[in-house]
Amino acid sequence: MTAGSSTPATLDFDADRSQVRVGGHWVTAELGAAVDAVQSLAADTVRAEVIEADELAALDTAGAWLLLELEQRLTVDGKAPSVVGLGDAQAELLAFVREHDEGEDVPPAEPALNPIARLGIFMAEGTAKSVALLSFLGQTALAFAAVVARPHRLRWPALFVVIQRAGVQAIPIVALLTLLLGVVIAYQGGLQLSTYGANIFVVELVALTMTRELAPIMTAIIVAGRTGSAFTAELGTMKASEEIDALRTIGLDPIDVLVLPRLLGLVIALPLLTLIGDAAGILGGMIMAATMLGISFADFFARLPEAMTATSFMIGIGKAPVFAMLIAIVGCFEGFAVRGGAEAVGLHTTVSVVHGIFLVIVADAVFSVIFSWLGI
Amino acid sequence: MAAASTVIEVRGLVTRFGSEVVHDGLDLDVYAGEVLGLVGGSGSGKTTLLRAMIMLNRSAGGTISVLSQAVDTLDDAAITRLRERIGVTFQHGALFSALTVAENVALPLVEHTSLPADVIRELAFMKIRLAGLPAAAGRRYPRELSGGMLKRASVARALALDPELLFLDEPTAGLDPVSAGAFDELIIQLKESLKLTVVMVTHDLDTLWRVTDRVAFLADKRVLAAASMAELAERSEPALVAYFQGPRGRKAAP
Repeated sequence: MTAGSSTPATLDFDADRSQVRVGGHWVTAELGAAVDAVQSLAADTVRAEVIEADELAALDTAGAWLLLELEQRLTVDGKAPSVVGLGDAQAELLAFVREHDEGEDVPPAEPALNPIARLGIFMAEGTAKSVALLSFLGQTALAFAAVVARPHRLRWPALFVVIQRAGVQAIPIVALLTLLLGVVIAYQGGLQLSTYGANIFVVELVALTMTRELAPIMTAIIVAGRTGSAFTAELGTMKASEEIDALRTIGLDPIDVLVLPRLLGLVIALPLLTLIGDAAGILGGMIMAATMLGISFADFFARLPEAMTATSFMIGIGKAPVFAMLIAIVGCFEGFAVRGGAEAVGLHTTVSVVHGIFLVIVADAVFSVIFSWLGI
Repeated sequence: MAAASTVIEVRGLVTRFGSEVVHDGLDLDVYAGEVLGLVGGSGSGKTTLLRAMIMLNRSAGGTISVLSQAVDTLDDAAITRLRERIGVTFQHGALFSALTVAENVALPLVEHTSLPADVIRELAFMKIRLAGLPAAAGRRYPRELSGGMLKRASVARALALDPELLFLDEPTAGLDPVSAGAFDELIIQLKESLKLTVVMVTHDLDTLWRVTDRVAFLADKRVLAAASMAELAERSEPALVAYFQGPRGRKAAP
């Protein structure tokens, strides 16, 4: 039955149309023409009493199915044609398929939902998810309160592992990207400033935008992509392999063991990373100011204390713990939300990163509105 | 199995993972129309041998010929053609989780034939029924199926292209006795009706007694013995005695 030796399945009516001759290899790869021939038969226009199969060279289950289909289409008034000339093995195969392929019909495909129904499902699922997120937040807050009362119950080693992985190991990427951002800001701003001869104000530009806005948000976005996704993948994998249920059965609260160290670790690590982002961003600005605008490092440093107010610096650093909480909560929540197997882990990891970044930017906008009301 | 032709011929197979030698000069024949069981202790290289025969692992030495083709010498196109004649089920089903069972079964047909979509759909449901599942199961996703149904669904996918050769990795592992027994009957039925040659890795002594024509026992990096269960149970080598005449082995014997 190798490729070269098989011939297409054939189907011919005798002149008087009393019998159908089937021949060739009725196997999956050769069925094409015979399928068309069978499908073009309209049940009531043709009749044949015999399906003559002695030239049938080979039969597999797909061929058997088609033979049964042919038999059914040639059935008139409940009288099915007889299949003759099959080899023993072929007859056995045909009987096997006939026996199994009876019974209930192939179920129809699910109808597609209309847009309004889809919108409804989307809203209902969104609402349910928001409620679940709130309840997760509540559980975490309760667990946190319990740990504050008894700090020895916190998993300190896990906390330090999180700080190591989410904080220390993120330093190179955060430093590099914020440095480049500083370079870009100084270059774009410096171009405009130099047309007014106000080169020195690049210090304000870089210092304020980096410390107050760009370093915190850039760092948070990097961490959401790097650590929020890792949280979801870790917890989701544990959920999928029932490790989280195992924790419960030995009397450990998964929130205590898994969520709190990640949450607190990130709340500690992200402000420190933001500090590094501030420094690297300003350094990037300094490099650009020195090479393009002719402002030496010494001049830059001299102006820095008056350009960068303590308020703007503290506002930038102060946003970081909030961002950290959002990223950690979303990351852990999505991890716990995994149902089923590995494919759900991937799905939830994507959602975790998208939602994490979304919430960070929304929170940043909310901060801006609040600060503008407060006038700081 | 009188005068049966050889479907798989393994000669002097050597497999290494790093410095660890898994097979060293392993020989094995599989004859047309038989059900061959591969058994041996954990780590004796059963699954590795299976993976070598289905061309997923490259061996370090020796030759394997499957359906009269030496697999080491085949180019990619020839391997693809050969694979169309082979069905495989994996230990945990390995159904594609993003697709329904019917779509899983239809996938090989969609990829390797030019049949119209409605025929492929009918054929997919036919294979699902042949594997002993209700047609309604075709609409479900793999995660919604029980272990026994998953195994059957994965047989349905393996049968999609009407293979001549079927490989089963731990087909009854994790099934309850009733499902495992029903699965044994399914394999016997498929073998007899479809004239399949079946190679199965299994630890299930009941399955070995019920289904297999011959059993290859792997130990010491090679096939220690290949014979029927009844013969193996009589042999006196210590490894075979421990396997087939231990308390579990004796209990499974008919």
